[in-house]
Amino acid sequence: MTPLAGFLLVAALLFSIGLAGALTRRNAILVLIGIELMLNAANLNLIAFWRYGPHPEALTGMMFAIFSIAVAAAEAAVGLGLVIAVHRHAHTTDIDLMNRMKG
Amino acid sequence: MSFAFYLISALTVAGALAAVLLKNLVHCALALTIAFAGLALLFLNLDAQFAGFAQILVYIGAVAILVVFAILLTRGSETPKDGEIFSRTWLAGLAVAAAVFAVLGWAVLGTAPMLPHSSPAPHVTVLQIGNALMSRYVLPLEIVAVLLTAALIGAVMVAMHEKEEKQ
Amino acid sequence: MFEWLDQVFVLLKHWLVSFLPATWQPVAGILLCVLTIICLFPALFAICVLLERKGLGRMQNRLGPNRVGPFGIFQPIADGVKSLTKEDLVPLSADALVHFMAPVVLVVVVFMGFAVLPMGRNMVLVDLDAGLLFYFAIGASTELAVFMAGWSSRNKYSLLGAMRAVAQMISYEVPLLLSSVAVVMITGSLSLSKIVEAQNHYTWGLPHWYIFTPWGFAGFLMFAIAATAETNRSPFDLPEGESELVAGYFTEYSGFKFALFFLGEYVGMLSISGLGSTLFLGGWSSPLEALNWVPSWIWFFSKLLLSIAVFIWMRGTLPRLRQDQLMNFAWKFVLPMTLLNLFVAGLWRFLGDGWERWVVCSAILIVAYILMGRVGMYREHFGPRRYRYAE
Repeated sequence: MTPLAGFLLVAALLFSIGLAGALTRRNAILVLIGIELMLNAANLNLIAFWRYGPHPEALTGMMFAIFSIAVAAAEAAVGLGLVIAVHRHAHTTDIDLMNRMKG
Repeated sequence: MSFAFYLISALTVAGALAAVLLKNLVHCALALTIAFAGLALLFLNLDAQFAGFAQILVYIGAVAILVVFAILLTRGSETPKDGEIFSRTWLAGLAVAAAVFAVLGWAVLGTAPMLPHSSPAPHVTVLQIGNALMSRYVLPLEIVAVLLTAALIGAVMVAMHEKEEKQ
Repeated sequence: MFEWLDQVFVLLKHWLVSFLPATWQPVAGILLCVLTIICLFPALFAICVLLERKGLGRMQNRLGPNRVGPFGIFQPIADGVKSLTKEDLVPLSADALVHFMAPVVLVVVVFMGFAVLPMGRNMVLVDLDAGLLFYFAIGASTELAVFMAGWSSRNKYSLLGAMRAVAQMISYEVPLLLSSVAVVMITGSLSLSKIVEAQNHYTWGLPHWYIFTPWGFAGFLMFAIAATAETNRSPFDLPEGESELVAGYFTEYSGFKFALFFLGEYVGMLSISGLGSTLFLGGWSSPLEALNWVPSWIWFFSKLLLSIAVFIWMRGTLPRLRQDQLMNFAWKFVLPMTLLNLFVAGLWRFLGDGWERWVVCSAILIVAYILMGRVGMYREHFGPRRYRYAE
């Protein structure tokens, strides 16, 4: 197995774990954790392709990963802010119980 | 494929698994930081020094702390009353995730012989990254700056106490 | 003669390593350096604790420890023996694994910061290209250790202390980073050894340290404030305010784990002092060109001990802040000032070599300082305290 394939497999595994967490857990924060894992798996892909790609000196994959880290930070802040606001309103973070659009 | 790669990958995957499986949410968040640290080490293993340190700074220093704060503010560390942490539709979710992994794994393994075997480690200095950020990637940089500002204001507005409504 | 003394540790390392086969030499060299750091800084920690107890005692008209050995100089050893032989209590309801991991993570993370600090000419463990980024990335992880300690203890004082500490460390991390970015802008490098090299020049026998420029002076003050808050030292020691929270996040720790927290706090202080002197005080370079013959590591460690003395002095002088004052100070005063300082550093870079840049940069900083101080005072109703007496 080539090194690149190894990294891609690890990234795929991480992505699937994150997806499983986001789809199966009941707590809204755990869903956000799953999404973070998925984003990170994508970053690992980007960096791996940058490292073993034909033009690493162009820095494209690395830059993509750095920007993605910045965007993920913004996503986490807004997402967790939303969870806190919902908890204040509905007194729960259980997604199974959040089934009404009306407050 | 070095020994370090297997070790770090095992650590990362174990952290990620613990993060989605553990019962106590604070333990999940701590396991998540292990996964983040493992990913940073993987980045370093890929000679992406800057991205690896940025990963530690942003994810362990900020995102993990944010998650922990959110858990404590929403009383998330207490297990739910019926003790059930998985959703009613967990089987479907697991099936979807397994299917995604199967497809991704098949795609990677199917194309593995075509992938480049190894290439010399690229020598990237921080100076080069800075120059690229300030010239070729200056527009994305500005957009990210605007996005972060908007997210900062948005997060504060969303999480701030709502004004007491008239009873 | 003196060049030899300057490089004595480097030469010693090469001599010791040369006994090993060539393939083992790099690993052995690194291990040797790590071992030195792990032994040296706890020793310095003992000296600092003694200095602090004696110094604070003098400031408070006491004698301080004076029973163990002449003038009490063996007090740290007695303390160490005591903490090692004490019973290690873990609360029944505590989260055993996290409770155990917290001090370990803290100490490991704190020691990792020394890997990139240049402690003398050619005396840096790993000369990373992104050394400063590494330092801050590692420093950001201490917050997690503090949280782990406070949360796992299942004690309201611990949790309150941890939440205070984490909030404070996050708030002051921003100005800490931004005040260092000014240095990076001027030097054009994140490598700490390059930053020291850039300051190791002399005009009329005086050094080109960044503290002797308007932006560097303002940046150093802001860095010092943020560093004091980062290490939870007085006047920012709310997380462990003894009068309110027993001991803050490590209330439920005893014996050796408590000693580890204590060690982590002081070694963190030493490490951030080292960073501060590297960034603004020229690291290992000597304060006068005429004193260049003194070995560089002597200068680094004197700067380190001098900053520790200032930390102790501040602890003996200033009263503790209130939580809201602390946060307001970070976000409404220090942060805007560091942002302005970044702008001033940019101006300094592009205004050329003349005297104009001194006037312009100093004027901007002084005016902003006075304006923000005045406006802040007006908004927060600071000013002389009005006493109300019972009648």
